[in-house]
Amino acid sequence: MSVPLSACPACDAAPLAKAQAGKGVAGNGMEGKRIMLSLPHIYCAACIAGVEGNLAQQDGVRAARVNLTLKRATVDVDPDVEPETLANYLTGIGFEAYELDAGQLTSTATDKMGKDLLMRLGVAGFAMMNVMLLSVAVWSGATDATRDMFHWISAAIAIPTIGFSSQVFFKSAWTALRVGRLNMDVPISLAILLALGMSLYETAQSGEHAYFDAALSLTFFLLAGRYLDYRTRSVARSAAEELAALEVPRALRLTDAGDEQVSVAELAVGDIVRVVPGARVPVDGIVVTGESELDRSLLTGESLPVAAGPDTVVSTGEVNLTGPMTVRVTAAGRDSSLHRMADLVAIAETARNRYTSLADKAAKIYAPLVHILALGAFLAWLWISGGDVRLALNIAVAVLIITCPCALGLAVPAVTTAASGRLFKQGMLLKSATAMERLAEVDHVVFDKTGTLTQGKPVMDENAQHRTQDLEIALALAEGSSHPLALSLTQAARAKGIVPAEVSRVHEVPGKGIEGIWNGKTVRLGRAEWLGANAVGQTATYLSVSGARPVAFTFTDRLREAVNEAISGLKAQGMGITLISGDVPAAVADIAGRVGISDWKADTLPEGKAEYVARLGKSGKRVLMVGDGLNDTAALAAAHVSISPASALEAARVVSDIVLLGQSMGPLGEATLMAKSATRRIKENFAIAAGYNAIAIPIALLGLATPLAAALAMSLSSVTVSLNALRLKKG
Amino acid sequence: MNVLVYLIPISLLLGGGGLAAFFWTLRSEQYDDPDGNSQRILSDRWDDRPPEE
Repeated sequence: MSVPLSACPACDAAPLAKAQAGKGVAGNGMEGKRIMLSLPHIYCAACIAGVEGNLAQQDGVRAARVNLTLKRATVDVDPDVEPETLANYLTGIGFEAYELDAGQLTSTATDKMGKDLLMRLGVAGFAMMNVMLLSVAVWSGATDATRDMFHWISAAIAIPTIGFSSQVFFKSAWTALRVGRLNMDVPISLAILLALGMSLYETAQSGEHAYFDAALSLTFFLLAGRYLDYRTRSVARSAAEELAALEVPRALRLTDAGDEQVSVAELAVGDIVRVVPGARVPVDGIVVTGESELDRSLLTGESLPVAAGPDTVVSTGEVNLTGPMTVRVTAAGRDSSLHRMADLVAIAETARNRYTSLADKAAKIYAPLVHILALGAFLAWLWISGGDVRLALNIAVAVLIITCPCALGLAVPAVTTAASGRLFKQGMLLKSATAMERLAEVDHVVFDKTGTLTQGKPVMDENAQHRTQDLEIALALAEGSSHPLALSLTQAARAKGIVPAEVSRVHEVPGKGIEGIWNGKTVRLGRAEWLGANAVGQTATYLSVSGARPVAFTFTDRLREAVNEAISGLKAQGMGITLISGDVPAAVADIAGRVGISDWKADTLPEGKAEYVARLGKSGKRVLMVGDGLNDTAALAAAHVSISPASALEAARVVSDIVLLGQSMGPLGEATLMAKSATRRIKENFAIAAGYNAIAIPIALLGLATPLAAALAMSLSSVTVSLNALRLKKG
Repeated sequence: MNVLVYLIPISLLLGGGGLAAFFWTLRSEQYDDPDGNSQRILSDRWDDRPPEE
């Protein structure tokens, strides 16, 4: 079919999709499989129709469904269809698509839990409203038989509802009690169960007060908090999973029968794998054949490529730049250097896990206090009334209900949902539940250089001395190569409107450069040593036209977007800023000067970085570490809170609390401010709850609380804290 | 007060109807893709007949 080309290819594809819908949907009897594709840039109705319609038209595709919220497509296909083919096809017609590793995505399992919570919430809401309706009738004066009937109907609704909806709390409370601990769910469960039992007894005795509505609204509000909390985490988790699933760990294994694609987990020591130019080295190993250059920046921070040939030791995560190589595996999977780095991380992480969140701190004071208060009220009234168990129990239940931990159960998740939702919109993904609170405490920021402050992509410097003819020849040579310098040169030359010269017999000399024939002369573009040129002190490639003096094209790593804004924003907040890199001093000093960081360190080993961060931490600083490489992972884990860009290695992203989803560093400055105001809101909510309890508890202790007062107070406090949390959304 | 005999069951039935509808929306995965659903109504793809399941 013809491929429509326009600014919005989806718009052209939409009518086509309508005509072709249905084709290819039917299966052919074979066992099918399910493919997930990530579609990061779809946004409109026409995009959905375009992707679904065009996919359905492909051979072997049975059904395709786009989820715009997750920006993902689920495709049911015949077993012989390769995900890569579909992704490439979609990218080709204008919908950027990436294959996702379905094994990394557990969203279906988590989804079930979300649905389960939502179902319980719905049932609790339904029951609460109906019982509240009946309770209003009782409060407004229903007496005798009418009141009893209303109470019995309420009981008939409340008992099954509590049995279903409150299970969440009962289960969690039971788990805690069994190991001899107290958690928030213990007083919650106790309040719900006691209120229910007490009300049943009162109803049977034709008593005046029943707390069915209170037990139900307690369940409803707390479940709402639980669901919000769950949603925030599942959004973060599914986005984090997607980042991981984008890197499908595959390797090309050489066998007697030829190359076969296998997952990295299947590789064994002694296997030979092929690493093509542009690919990441999947294992630790030794080069057997092939000459190339390696980009080690993710491991060491070095910005210059390193030459590699037979017997060179290579590590997981390095990128092969110029020539194809075969590598003999010396360590794969759990033994590889990537995983050894993880050991360093594990030690640092235990320290961080000890961080207790504000909610936990509050719960630690709250749970025992409530129990003591209720028990105290029960005993005191037993003594005052001279042994009236019914009255004493009534008051104890009122105390338990009045002290409802709505502020803890609803207000913290409400604030974190609002705040992390806003950060997500700005391109920051909070992976850890306590990341926000830790971010709010930061007073020192440590940056990595390559790939963090810079894009890790060299850009060719403008140089007036370059002759057009040289550029034309260089462009002709560079065009066919996938070396980053060649790519950048091609881009820069094209942007200047340079037309490639007529160069014949262009071929790449692995590990050295590119060679060709121009006007009968040999022309070369590549490393200084190869051309006999004098190397300049920065990243550069050289062009020699036989006979003439080699010309140098220099490159500078471009800064990530909005780095200056982020750093000046952090400085304005009075934070100390340090730049640490494994790169050579000259390169680090240059970047430090450009972004205005006066405190920098070069030539730092991974251990050195972690040690520096740990030392800052010991001296009382709260350190935020921003880094992307394998050499940063230990430091990321040692810091109080850590951020890595989405382009970082998976190992670095895993230990980070926050992932920057976009290319820009801009959200960084605002994020700390946001975290501070979110933490302030949480504290305010605690204050609101404490203030309300300060009034309500004495009333309950004196035995003056009625179910109406309890219902009013509970709803009011819940609504107040939620509204306070919503203020975050505005600013 | 005899009217209560009708009114209470009616209110419970109506509420229960709402709850059943909520269950149905939940079971048929109508909350999975809120952004997509709001966009899909703009497409005329299934205007003539619904897709075959």
